[in-house]
Amino acid sequence: MIIENSEVVLSVRDLTAEVNGTEILKGVNLEVRNGEIHAIMGPNGSGKSTLSKVLAGHPAYEVTGGEVIFQGENLLEMEPQDRARNGIFLAFQYPLEIPGVSNLDFLRVAYNSRRKAQGLEELDAFDFDDLVEEKLEVVKMNPAFLNRSVNEGFSGGEKKRNEILQMALLEPKVAILDETDSGLDIDALKIVANGVNQLTSPDNATIMITHYQRLLNYIVPDFVHVMAQGQIITSGGKELALELESRGYDWVLEETEVGV
Amino acid sequence: MQTELNAIATVTDNGYLARLLNLFTPTTEGWLQQLRNSAANFVQESTFPTTRDEEWRFTDLSSLRQVELKLDKPDLTSLEIDVLPEAANSRLVFVNGVYTPDLSAVANLPAGVVVSNLSGLSRLNIQQYLAQAEGNEVFTALNTAGISDVAVVWVLKDIVVETPIHLLFVTTGKSSISQPRCLVVVGNNSEVRILEEYTAQAEVYFTNAVTEIWVDENAQVTHTRIERDSTEAFHVGKTAVTQARYSRYTCNAIAFGGQVYRHNLQINQTGEQTETTLNGLTMIRGNQLADTHSTLSLHHPYGVSRQLQKNIVGDRAHAVFNGKVFVPKLAQLTDAGQLNRNLLLSSKARVDTKPQLEITADNVKCAHGATVSQLEDDEIFYLQSRGIDQNNARNLLINAFASEIINKISVPSLREKLLGIVKEF
Repeated sequence: MIIENSEVVLSVRDLTAEVNGTEILKGVNLEVRNGEIHAIMGPNGSGKSTLSKVLAGHPAYEVTGGEVIFQGENLLEMEPQDRARNGIFLAFQYPLEIPGVSNLDFLRVAYNSRRKAQGLEELDAFDFDDLVEEKLEVVKMNPAFLNRSVNEGFSGGEKKRNEILQMALLEPKVAILDETDSGLDIDALKIVANGVNQLTSPDNATIMITHYQRLLNYIVPDFVHVMAQGQIITSGGKELALELESRGYDWVLEETEVGV
Repeated sequence: MQTELNAIATVTDNGYLARLLNLFTPTTEGWLQQLRNSAANFVQESTFPTTRDEEWRFTDLSSLRQVELKLDKPDLTSLEIDVLPEAANSRLVFVNGVYTPDLSAVANLPAGVVVSNLSGLSRLNIQQYLAQAEGNEVFTALNTAGISDVAVVWVLKDIVVETPIHLLFVTTGKSSISQPRCLVVVGNNSEVRILEEYTAQAEVYFTNAVTEIWVDENAQVTHTRIERDSTEAFHVGKTAVTQARYSRYTCNAIAFGGQVYRHNLQINQTGEQTETTLNGLTMIRGNQLADTHSTLSLHHPYGVSRQLQKNIVGDRAHAVFNGKVFVPKLAQLTDAGQLNRNLLLSSKARVDTKPQLEITADNVKCAHGATVSQLEDDEIFYLQSRGIDQNNARNLLINAFASEIINKISVPSLREKLLGIVKEF
């Protein structure tokens, strides 16, 4: 929701970044205020996923210029774990499998590290069990998944649900959903979208990265940005997504200077 | 030229092994001395293994030969041992291969269970079992040639021993050689858990251990072998298991290695419908070398075997796994599975793995595999992105890899102790 005069929680200015010497982000600008839902769309290779990984601090990406201010602090100077503890959350496009680490233990360690950063007391195993049980409802997840290894043997939809479960527990200030909708059938998509909708509030913000308008039918964005060749080339309201759906990306590319 | 060099090497070998044989003082027990003499003859006719021997291709013991080994009187003055509460009254301690009653404690075991050193066991038919299944390897024969005492666990038939039995071998003193020896005999339908542990308060030394285990019909033995040597130590160990029909044997072998560590596991299924489970975890770093060689012979129908050997290798360390499984024609309807998984923590770490299945029976289920992986940046980043710092993320992943084996150990205090060591790795 757009709230007048709400606080800018994340500000990306002229951000450039490269991986293995190849420049992928070529000056990204984005301002996100509390309460807002942003969608970033764009063709393959436009830099959408790179932006999400740079924001979360993936070591393979090197920031070469620009800045990112998160809640008044320089995000780029923080280690990935400190970004997470301070409220950045990335829902992975391909969540990793971690054999041998139980999902429940993983969730508890992650949850307590965020609690600690917030100056709150860590929860013991019993209290945490109660909390998790409550949060499972958000994504209608079977409790049996808690006792399995993290994501091991999960289907694509189960992995994405597990990501949203983590989001529900960590209660981030800024959640970045990297193609959370890809590979989901319509029923799974509804569950995941419904989960995200329960978690958005006037006190946090969401950035969705997606190829498809379909997701935006279920999580309605306040802003839609089009990314191409490492920049956000145009922005608009939710109607822009519908136009992209019917007309494709070419007309945007042609109308802007970075056009092919 | 080649022949000449070999000839010279052989002369030196015999000299080296003969010198070791001379360290052992004769025993007054006639039958034991006879056993020792024939093993000594075997040693004298053998050569010291080098990397030219297929079985020792990766495992170079030449630095052991540089050590002036001696039999060292155990130094008990500052000796502290780790007592396992679950085995507080079922523990034998040997220091430098010598039974140490002051540190041992055996009480309240069920009738029909003997946990003792060799002296005073004349009523048991030790001769029928001791050194009767050890195979023909030079180090095993060297151990037999010097037997002065034995840790004996003897369980008569139809007894379930609830208390785990802890056999602890400690080495003290510089450049000492100790030759621990265990004999475990478990009668029909009985069940027992054996914890065999090696530790040291010394740097450079040689442990040459042999354990023979006899599992009678429908009996069950769970054997946990813990090796915690110094990083300068040499450790050669042999576990020889003979299983009668319907019996179940499980080995959990946890090794933290020495300078050179070698464990030879030899399992012989001598009857049908016999089950063998071999779990192994080796964790090494620095310049350590750790080598696990296993030979599993399934000779009869309906045999089952499960083997999982995991290695975690850091720095410039080198892990070796060689797993032989024999399934001859008679062993129809065998179900044999073997997996070796390796986690390399550095680009200079090395693993050599060789699964070796020889199957001539035609109606069997046999599978084997080996994997080598590294801690992936993406895995660590995933954990970091959930607020877990890099060090903890790394530890979490290593723990996860190791705990799959450690969690199979049914003695809680030992499991906790090992998980603690893994955390510090």
